[in-house]
Amino acid sequence: MSENYQSFEYDVLVIGAGGAGLRSAIEASAAGCKTALVCKSLLGKAHTVMAEGGIAASLATVDSRDSWQQHFSDTLIGGNFGNHWKMAELHAKQAPERVRELEKWGAVFDRTTDGKGNINVRHFGGHTYKRLAHVGDRTGLELIRTLQDKGVHSGIDVHMECTIYALLKDGDRIAGAYGYFRETGRPVLFKAKSIIVSTGGIGKLFSVNSNSWECTGDGFALAYLAGAELADMEYVQFHPTGMVWPHSVRGLLITEGVRGEGGVLKNNKGERFMFNYIPPKYQGKYAETEEEANAWFQKVVVEGQKEEGVKERKPPELMSRDVVARALWNEIKAGRGSEHGGVYLDIASRRSAEDIKKKLPSMYHQFKQLADVDITKVPMEVGPTCHYMMGGVKVNPETQESTVRGLFAAGECSAGMHGSNRLGGNSLSDLVVFGKLAGENAAAYAKLTSMPKIDDSVLAGLNKEMNQPFENKGEVSYAILADLQTAMEKGAGMYREESLLDGCLKDLEALKERLKKVAAEGNRLFNPGWHVALDLRNMLIVGEALARAAKERKESRGGHTRTDYTTYSKDFAKKRIVVRKKGEAMEIVQEDLPQVPAELEAELIKGGFLKAEILKQLRGEAPAH
Amino acid sequence: MDTDVRTQKGLGVTLRQDNWWGEPLAIASALITFIVYMTWAALTPTGPHGEIWYKWGSYISPAFSPYISPSWFKWSPAILILWAPAGFRATCYYFRKAYYRAFFQDPPGCAVGEEAREYKGETSFPFILQNLHRYFLYLAILLVINHWIDLAYAFTKEGPKTYYVGVGTLVLLVDTILLTFYVGSCHAWRHLVGGKLDCFSSCPSNNIRYKIWCNVTKINETHGFWAWASLFTVGFADLYVRLVAMGVWTDYKIF
Amino acid sequence: MSKIHMRVYRGNSEGGQLKDYDVEVAEGMVVLDAIHNLQATQASDLACRWNCKAGKCGSCSAEVNGKPRLMCMTRLNEFAEGETITVTPMKTFPIMKDLATDVSWNYEVNKRIPPFTPREGADWHWQQKDADRAQEFRKCIECFLCQDTCHVLREHDKKTSFAGPRFFARIASLEMHPIDGLDRTELLKDQHGIGLCNITRCCTEVCPESIRITDNAIIPLKERVVDKYYDPLRMLWSAVTGK
Ligand SMILES: Cc1cc2nc3c(=O)[nH]c(=O)nc-3n(C[C@H](O)[C@H](O)[C@H](O)COP(=O)(O)OP(=O)(O)OC[C@H]3O[C@@H](n4cnc5c(N)ncnc54)[C@H](O)[C@@H]3O)c2cc1C
Ligand code: SF4
Ligand code: SF4
Ligand code: FES
Ligand code: FES
Repeated sequence: MSENYQSFEYDVLVIGAGGAGLRSAIEASAAGCKTALVCKSLLGKAHTVMAEGGIAASLATVDSRDSWQQHFSDTLIGGNFGNHWKMAELHAKQAPERVRELEKWGAVFDRTTDGKGNINVRHFGGHTYKRLAHVGDRTGLELIRTLQDKGVHSGIDVHMECTIYALLKDGDRIAGAYGYFRETGRPVLFKAKSIIVSTGGIGKLFSVNSNSWECTGDGFALAYLAGAELADMEYVQFHPTGMVWPHSVRGLLITEGVRGEGGVLKNNKGERFMFNYIPPKYQGKYAETEEEANAWFQKVVVEGQKEEGVKERKPPELMSRDVVARALWNEIKAGRGSEHGGVYLDIASRRSAEDIKKKLPSMYHQFKQLADVDITKVPMEVGPTCHYMMGGVKVNPETQESTVRGLFAAGECSAGMHGSNRLGGNSLSDLVVFGKLAGENAAAYAKLTSMPKIDDSVLAGLNKEMNQPFENKGEVSYAILADLQTAMEKGAGMYREESLLDGCLKDLEALKERLKKVAAEGNRLFNPGWHVALDLRNMLIVGEALARAAKERKESRGGHTRTDYTTYSKDFAKKRIVVRKKGEAMEIVQEDLPQVPAELEAELIKGGFLKAEILKQLRGEAPAH
Repeated sequence: MDTDVRTQKGLGVTLRQDNWWGEPLAIASALITFIVYMTWAALTPTGPHGEIWYKWGSYISPAFSPYISPSWFKWSPAILILWAPAGFRATCYYFRKAYYRAFFQDPPGCAVGEEAREYKGETSFPFILQNLHRYFLYLAILLVINHWIDLAYAFTKEGPKTYYVGVGTLVLLVDTILLTFYVGSCHAWRHLVGGKLDCFSSCPSNNIRYKIWCNVTKINETHGFWAWASLFTVGFADLYVRLVAMGVWTDYKIF
Repeated sequence: MSKIHMRVYRGNSEGGQLKDYDVEVAEGMVVLDAIHNLQATQASDLACRWNCKAGKCGSCSAEVNGKPRLMCMTRLNEFAEGETITVTPMKTFPIMKDLATDVSWNYEVNKRIPPFTPREGADWHWQQKDADRAQEFRKCIECFLCQDTCHVLREHDKKTSFAGPRFFARIASLEMHPIDGLDRTELLKDQHGIGLCNITRCCTEVCPESIRITDNAIIPLKERVVDKYYDPLRMLWSAVTGK
């Protein structure tokens, strides 16, 4: 097996070509750095391409009341104040500019219908006003294509279908990355002064998920192994509306846009159950009766009236995802679920067939083609699906640098921005806002440093590790993957409990042992069985970090729900759980989570963007659940 | 034999299991039938004894209208006219597809193998002339106007004051309408009315052009249908006039 | 659960063969599921690309019973009971391994298309009707199935002189963009060889995004090329008026 690796040298190396990776590479390259982008798939296929609903930014093109303060407050409330406030602030302030910049780079967003020719925005859960710039239901595609086209003309070197297996260090600082080309299996070394990880999420750890195969949590594991700290790993978002049938597409996402366009959730008795699940933090903001919700729907969605003049409040189906997902779960658990174990999402009885086809074309096709279901005639069956990782590499909010010098993180694999629960649309804007910052700062750092040195002996060790599956005789990787997904789903899924988490950790230990003996057939040429075997190392690390962090946080908050600690707790409200490597072991520590400065908080409360009582509830200082 | 399906080449080589050859076969048959009939019809304005076959009463076969017959021209007057619609159809974007596939096997079907030969597409003579389609369009527009005039006559008999509607009138009416839609859905026309603009909302005149473009676009989506339907009715209109003139059929008066 | 018979191409740049497999399938499965099943149970090193399994990323392009398709959007119940399902890699591109082909040529072509370049002093307020055309082409998921089926590439291998339907759609999205100020007509005619397309529409038939590539991109672009290079009256007019 050839160990003669290919070798490259760059100022800035970006791992991951989703929205975050592309945006940071563009920035680094614009700053004059020799920049490379590596990704596991072909360029333009990263998971970002699947994003549907839109990109959140307070452009205020439709509702003039919108402002960065409101976006900031919505993000904090959505995240149950588990957010790093500084990131949320930067995000809310910079998102509009980043969106307009995309337009300058060629993105063609849907336009407003008022004749003024602005970028149109739509409703999404947890956002006070219409705020999501979008392109039909394929916003992610637009984002990635725009950045891709900008990127390929900015002189960035792209190495496609290349998996990074390890980050290398020179003393305390980052020095490079080692991996292999998927096609040939040939090893490759990238020497770099700074590295940005933007490797996306972890969806593939769970059996029911909405993510692409790439979402194996590589960036988390790579950074962790290189000594960087991870934070908020217990916060996993389960999206309420995934497909539940046919089995082979279980988990596939149904965009929140369906509810935005008027879709309602019903149990098998035909009841709109969401009215029973309005948590205190949203009380007063959502309709409390069907009549009110219907009136709002009629005026705002059907007639397109300006919400500013509508006195009714929006339907509770539009609350944030953690709330809706829990409601669904409860209904299903209580035996009020649908035929295949979901609940019903009904748009057929709400909008005309033409409207549905026009507003939600890809949903219509998805159901027609994959489930033989015509959503203009019958309701969809939906259930929760693992969707997004709020936690990730702990970064400095202003520079995106991790706790390792020269190592930066952006996008879904960085932590802090979304707190315990992400609002829809806030991810795409996160990618471009923090992608830019990461690129900027990685470039600035690269300019100040010299090319680091790499110790060849480390590479030999890595080669041995990567080749091990070909030496082993035993089971192939797929069964281990399936068992890992089941273990995570069972032990660390939507509802968690001390004993389940312990069970999960035990399962993970057993899987680690099996992984040591995993075998790969054939050779290194484009060999998926081998690829999965190597990815599994990362998945097991991430799974463990997740379960340990979840065990540590003894309260329920957003994407972290414990059946043994069901409320917000004062003890944890201002803490974040940090995971780091200590020797060979995983260390869990509680750190103080920086809090919104008192002055700013007062200002927001005064301006009516935030309510003091809600803050109290979220901080566990007043009863909430 | 080469058992590697990736390297197998040649006319008709494919892994497709469906009757991919059905469509080109049907198209070739229909086109050949039409061409043979129209050629014969164009060359046969009159019967063996000089009896007039190309018109009857105020009906005139679309193949002979406008009827121009200078004394020096010894052949059928249709020849002076038909080159224009023939050229229009031959350079039509829809028919090009149809005959490239059906006659030239270029390709015979999608993902179906072709004979190995030098391919130049529409970049060299004669096919580079396809680019002149819009000039045929200009002529076709004149012909359509002429058709409407003929149709007006077809509503009369023996002078303009005597209204008459026969089955033949309806045949010509349908033909004229279909031809109008065919020409009105032409791609070159769609380009000229508005397709060439990059921005529709920039000025009022562009807004009008946008509306026209939208309508043309709507019928353009079914251009192939109009192409075939009008081809069929042109042939049929000629046949109808001819058979009535021959006395084989009788034109029923409707009112 | 029931069984189906499949033939899957196994091979690499040195050649290959169809191999027979019996695969367990369940209701609602697509071809990609069957391939995944094969990987998990019988052929762990079977190479194929996929990402989203929802027809959104354009990775899983292959030929199913000879037709270019997305494997993740081809349901097994489309096929008759007992029918053998044959899966082969895209024929137009060089093979890497099994169902994965080397599509890098496409990325090279894309690089040669001058990017979006806003007009000087453009007004960024524009209407949905101006956006519609560009948006249709921007739906493209770069599955390259149209490139695979286009006979100019597949049969005549004009990769050096022809950009292919995917990139005509891309150029159309730029040329019809209300703010873009570049003129790519000359490139279209010369470098990207739009004249080689004989509008036989296989690209449109195969596009999983239902983009009307031929009618809405290629033909309008051909007409723009005619305006500039083949229409004698217009050329004369341009020469005289300078417009
Ligand atoms: C169905 C769906 C719909 C969504 N809709 C929305 C929405 O409407 N609005 C919104 O804001 N958000 C939405 N999201 C969330 C959002 O799309 C993602 O969070 C976001 O795209 C993540 O982007 P990223 O750049 O961080 O990473 P990704 O886009 O996931 O990219 C990761 C990149 O890293 C590469 N990579 C990974 N590991 C390695 C490795 N080891 N070596 C080399 N490269 C590697 C991958 O190849 C890939 O290029 C949606 C998500 C899903 C699943
Ligand atoms: S229409 Fe043109 S580009 Fe499309 S497949 Fe046919 S020849 Fe190729
Ligand atoms: S135009 Fe259609 S067929 Fe071609 S690459 Fe794009 S999506 Fe695929
Ligand atoms: S394109 Fe068919 S008539 Fe012009
Ligand atoms: S896997 Fe994304 S299109 Fe098939």
